[in-house]
Amino acid sequence: MRLVFDRPQSLADVQTHYCPGCTHGIIHRLIAEAIDELDVADRTIGVAPVGCAVLAYNYFNLDFQEAAHGRAPAVATGIKRALPDRVVFTYQGDGDLASIGTAEIIHAANRGEAITVVYVNNTVYGMTGGQMAPTTLPGQKTTTSPYGRDTDLAGYPIRVAEMLSTLVAPQYIARVAVNSAPNIQKAKRAIKKAFEIQVNDNGFALVEVLSTCPTNWGLTPEKSLRWLEENMIPYYPLGDFKVPKEVE
Amino acid sequence: MQERIALTGNEAMALALKQINPDVVAAYPITPATEIVQLFSSYAANGMVKTEFVAVESEHSALSAVLGASAAGARALTATSSQGLAYMFEVLYIAASYRLPLVMPVVNRALSGPINIHGDHSDSMGVRDAGWIQIYAEDTQEAYDNLIQAVRIAEDPAVQLPVMVCIDGFIISHALENLEIMADEKVQEFVGPFTPRRPSLLDLDHPVTVGPLALFDYYMEIKRGQAEAMRKAKPVIKEVGQEYGRWSGRKYSFLEPYQLAEAEIAVVVLSSTAGTTRVVVDELRQQGIRAGLLKPRVYRPFPQQEIKAALGHLKAIAVLDRADSFDGFGGPLYKDIRAALYEVPDRPRIINYIFGLGGRDVGLDDIRSVYDDLAQVAAGEAPEFSIRYLGVREEAL
Ligand SMILES: Cc1ncc(C[n+]2csc(CCOP(=O)(O)OP(=O)(O)O)c2C)c(N)n1
Ligand code: SF4
Ligand SMILES: [Mg+2]
Repeated sequence: MRLVFDRPQSLADVQTHYCPGCTHGIIHRLIAEAIDELDVADRTIGVAPVGCAVLAYNYFNLDFQEAAHGRAPAVATGIKRALPDRVVFTYQGDGDLASIGTAEIIHAANRGEAITVVYVNNTVYGMTGGQMAPTTLPGQKTTTSPYGRDTDLAGYPIRVAEMLSTLVAPQYIARVAVNSAPNIQKAKRAIKKAFEIQVNDNGFALVEVLSTCPTNWGLTPEKSLRWLEENMIPYYPLGDFKVPKEVE
Repeated sequence: MQERIALTGNEAMALALKQINPDVVAAYPITPATEIVQLFSSYAANGMVKTEFVAVESEHSALSAVLGASAAGARALTATSSQGLAYMFEVLYIAASYRLPLVMPVVNRALSGPINIHGDHSDSMGVRDAGWIQIYAEDTQEAYDNLIQAVRIAEDPAVQLPVMVCIDGFIISHALENLEIMADEKVQEFVGPFTPRRPSLLDLDHPVTVGPLALFDYYMEIKRGQAEAMRKAKPVIKEVGQEYGRWSGRKYSFLEPYQLAEAEIAVVVLSSTAGTTRVVVDELRQQGIRAGLLKPRVYRPFPQQEIKAALGHLKAIAVLDRADSFDGFGGPLYKDIRAALYEVPDRPRIINYIFGLGGRDVGLDDIRSVYDDLAQVAAGEAPEFSIRYLGVREEAL
């Protein structure tokens, strides 16, 4: 008999604290698979955010450093500059990356830091109880927008992938979703590519992953996947926004 | 007139904010303060307040936004904890130097690192010299009362300084307690309408620049002015506390002594731990031990004269700090209290404990052990020491 599906070596064999049906766990797995397949686990360093993934260091068999809320790209910059032969990645939520850490991500990308960024967009500040984020959809109800996001007061959701793709230095920027098996496969390819860009081309790569937050959306895990597909993907289109020159 | 209800510390603060009905609130969520502004945002969404609510992208922006609003002539507020307060650091000093009467609930939480969400005073103690008035509450009632008084203190023409109203994270912010609340109109009447002390942006008849460059020519006068305002805040805090007492039946001042006048030994501690300590004082009194407690309510401006008068007669004092200075000498409250007693001719012996960091529980036994040590120090059987850590596994260092 041939083993066709197993836990990636880089993924720790522990229970996570994530809520039932939360897709943070799927994204963790995809990262671990990519690291295993590239065979770089022994030289990969993760930078954990402040957000629901604050305990990410417990779920990977990798060295990790915790960053202050939003500062992961700056911390990763320091690690990578000190240890250029290591593979350095950040794992950040939309509050961490697109709200309090907007400056850090723009400038790390703009300097073309050779890091990989996995950006988990679930449209809310999950950890603190589902408040409105810069990524919350127009009309979406949250704990601080009980009648839905009012674009007159709060503006429109920030499309990070598109915004960063206007910069010259980043090599690879893509948006994927983890709401269905085919999309998870595509997400896997994008995440792996984002690591390859760092390993092979010494470039900056970011993958925005559309993710669910059943707890704060007030939906079942299954309905959350549908909500993502029907509401998030139309506003946040999937695809590559920036690819390395040679493959263009 | 007053209604008795059960609320958590955060709910009590949110209610006070609603009753104050400020013009602008800008905030970014952070545990354990999140609930205050989250509840407030629903009041705003439901039209229960006239407030302009802004969900900004960080605490740095939150305080900057309320600073701008205040300079523009609005009553403006935000609330935060820990890392959020630390992230505001730059703007805290600017707000004080602009003499903007902002009010901010601070739900005390340990600073990173290591990252921790539970209560200690490292956040507000870290900014004790930022030029803000600091008031510490023991329970939900005081949280509510202090917040309402803070508006009057901050906005007093003689003061015009920002005020932090501190409560212990989780222990008070998330604990349900009975308290007496006032009717909305009564609170409105007490705080009064907001009248900016000086011409605000944008008044064409009185053009101003807020926060212009001041080098060796004027910088020092501006700082001296802040120090003077802090000095003038003292009588104002006292008057507001008395007026609030006449109005609500709950009078406030700088310090809250308990069994202190006849005491020989006493603990000095801020916030919720005073409640635990009071229980131990009662026990010791039953045993005939002359134990007392002093709970400072106002930490900035520092009530030096009042502390001298309250503690000068004691044989030995233990100051309990829920924050460390990491200087090998002692916590911030300890050093201030010790300095305040310097002028007392036959000064009490004074010892320091660092306790409760990162939410480490402090129970009756811990406080009993402090009074045991104190009794020995008072009797001259143990040396006066500067710093000891309560409830730490020294072997794990
Ligand atoms: C300076 C600072 N401000 C606020 C917080 C509180 N905080 C912790 S996590 C978080 C939001 C996290 O949201 P996101 O990054 O979207 O992650 P998610 O939990 O949704 O995965 C906030 C506001 C903090 N830790 N530090
Ligand atoms: S709160 Fe939301 S993002 Fe956080 S673990 Fe639960 S479902 Fe996932
Ligand atoms: Mg999020």
